[in-house]
Amino acid sequence: MTRKTTTLGMALATTALVATGAAAQDVTLTIESWRNDDLTLWQDKIIPAFEAEHPDISIRFTPSAPAEYNAVLNSKLDAGSAGDLITCRPFDASLALYEDGHLTDLSDLDAMDNFSDVAKSAWQTDDGSATFCVPMASVIHGFIYNKEAFEELDLAVPETEAEFFAVLDAIKEDGSYIPMAMGTNDQWEAATMGYNNIGPNYWKGEDGRLALIAGEQKLTDPQWTAPYATLNRWAPYLGDGYEAQTYPDSQNLFTLGRAAIYPAGSWEIAGFNQQAFFEMGAFKPPVRNAGDTCYISDHTDIGIGMNADTEHPEAARTFLAWVASPEFAEIFGNALPGFFPLSSTPVELEDPLAQEFASWRGECESTIRSTYQILSRGTPNLENETWGASVAAIKGTKTPEELGEELQDGLASWYEPQQ
Amino acid sequence: MADRPRIRWHILVFLAPAVLVYSAVMIFPLFNTLRLALYTEVERERVFVGLENFRTLFFDPVWAEQFWNALGNNFWFFLIHMAVQNPIGIALAALLSHKRLRFAALYRSAIFIPTILSFVIVGFAWKLILSPIWGIAPSMLDAVGLKSLFAPWLGREGSALTTLALVSVWQFVGIPMMLIYAALLSIPEEILEAGEVDGITGTAAFWKIKLPLILPSIGIISILTFVGNFNAFDLIYAAQGALAGPDFATDILGTFMYRTFFGFQLQLGDPHMGSAIAGAMFAIILVGVCLYLFGIQTRMRRYQL
Repeated sequence: MTRKTTTLGMALATTALVATGAAAQDVTLTIESWRNDDLTLWQDKIIPAFEAEHPDISIRFTPSAPAEYNAVLNSKLDAGSAGDLITCRPFDASLALYEDGHLTDLSDLDAMDNFSDVAKSAWQTDDGSATFCVPMASVIHGFIYNKEAFEELDLAVPETEAEFFAVLDAIKEDGSYIPMAMGTNDQWEAATMGYNNIGPNYWKGEDGRLALIAGEQKLTDPQWTAPYATLNRWAPYLGDGYEAQTYPDSQNLFTLGRAAIYPAGSWEIAGFNQQAFFEMGAFKPPVRNAGDTCYISDHTDIGIGMNADTEHPEAARTFLAWVASPEFAEIFGNALPGFFPLSSTPVELEDPLAQEFASWRGECESTIRSTYQILSRGTPNLENETWGASVAAIKGTKTPEELGEELQDGLASWYEPQQ
Repeated sequence: MADRPRIRWHILVFLAPAVLVYSAVMIFPLFNTLRLALYTEVERERVFVGLENFRTLFFDPVWAEQFWNALGNNFWFFLIHMAVQNPIGIALAALLSHKRLRFAALYRSAIFIPTILSFVIVGFAWKLILSPIWGIAPSMLDAVGLKSLFAPWLGREGSALTTLALVSVWQFVGIPMMLIYAALLSIPEEILEAGEVDGITGTAAFWKIKLPLILPSIGIISILTFVGNFNAFDLIYAAQGALAGPDFATDILGTFMYRTFFGFQLQLGDPHMGSAIAGAMFAIILVGVCLYLFGIQTRMRRYQL
């Protein structure tokens, strides 16, 4: 209630101040978000750019803490006090909001054509008939490496898996660097930066992912178990005691220059740029054989949608159309290197590392993490199970075939197309 | 008229605040949680399903495996405390109560201090100490030539739970020590002197005179350990996260309940199954406490001092 009154009050105040003519149509839109890290970016860059073009609409960005966002947003929506625009988490969290009637169907927004199907998949109903959020940004997986270490050891960036392991062998033999910085203590890195990083090259990106959802492929198929076998080959190149190495440990090992390669997500770029004192480069997940089509995990992470109860649907649509425009993409992509705009028009990025990551979109087929859409809805949760499986694969406590069977049994226990 | 007992209002008035507050923050939530365990959500509606959730928990292969794993780990966690924490606590108390020990107050405070630390600090500090990369454990072992004994204990399925249990023992050993210490101090000199006259001194005096007299305190400590361990959650969560890795090796009922109730990563929270697990925990603790109260406590021999 208080919020509504304030918004109304502000709108009235604005009207009173500007006083004459068209000012009567002035509206203020409020954005709900969990990205409180981006507050200054919105206030200094994004909002002024939009308001310059649309003087009759003013925007307020009101983020809450990431861990509380879902709960806070749900209670605000139920109480009718949520903002006009809502930042969308990918997949089920936002889908639930749409099904409860809190988000508007935006399929008819013209600017939606600026996005590929993969980009939109995170904010669509299962049959793809309705899209309820405008995709904002994705994160890309790959490997970040220490350029100075590579020059020192006279190594070339690996393209194929054989070259990749040859590089790791060379670094290990030299002994001055830990070949690869990753630990299994926190588990998610093994799945996110391991399995879902290299995996798309095995299951051929979207082909495999959609076939799995349709029930045409099984997790016991070789293209789904083979990445576990490859992960197992990583173990000797990880640092001593990698079993107890945490995510921040790995980040520090790499940025302190003690490790040569870091299996990464592009979200690391901003942090690494600040921490590391050496030059960094990036290479995409190596393909299995020279000349193979490459696939990358270009995972949709943030979108923005419209509160179904907003009093200013027209203004909100105007804003969403602008978010879908190349102009927004350029501002956003450069202010937050590592979070890549999803629009199909290429964006001029300034950060060299971010450029490297983004360039793969042109060379490779994009897909998203295999476990995120639909498949992690039931119990056991496939995403969580994949964390454990990837760790077990690296440590070698279970064979890839056993892992595939376990995951398949778990998925089949609740997911009909797989039964 | 005159014989009718007067209603003693002051008793009600004085009891009311405590009863009301306790009911509101303890009794009501407890029973409401148990009630929640009997429902489930179908198509966004809450439906009564009786004991169906418990059947799923105990017999559905997916749930049962996690439940028995967590329960088994919980028993191991408790066993380590009983086998390590309590004997060490008793031994420390016996040493502290020795009259010729100097700096006893210093030792007592030093050993008790970890008890008042937050779990988060303890979990984080030990994770750092045992870290194979930055930790001081590997370098200390290296200094005495025993580097080969070091392993990333927290990261291995076989050793993670035991390591965490020992960290918890380190934190809480001060509690049995203090309780036993107090019990030992309350043993009258005359009894020990009478023993000495009969030729019972030193260690024999401990085993034959002091130990039987502090048995009731040991019983209380055991039951406190039991309740504390089966309600444990914080240390595991702080050190290993909600997935209680590696491969659920450190998953205990508390972390299992948390993960189920509040959800984790892509797993959405399920308050009904979560309540069922909470109900099972409540039942286990209740049975344990009853067994102790009626089976052991009532039979324990008491001595008039």
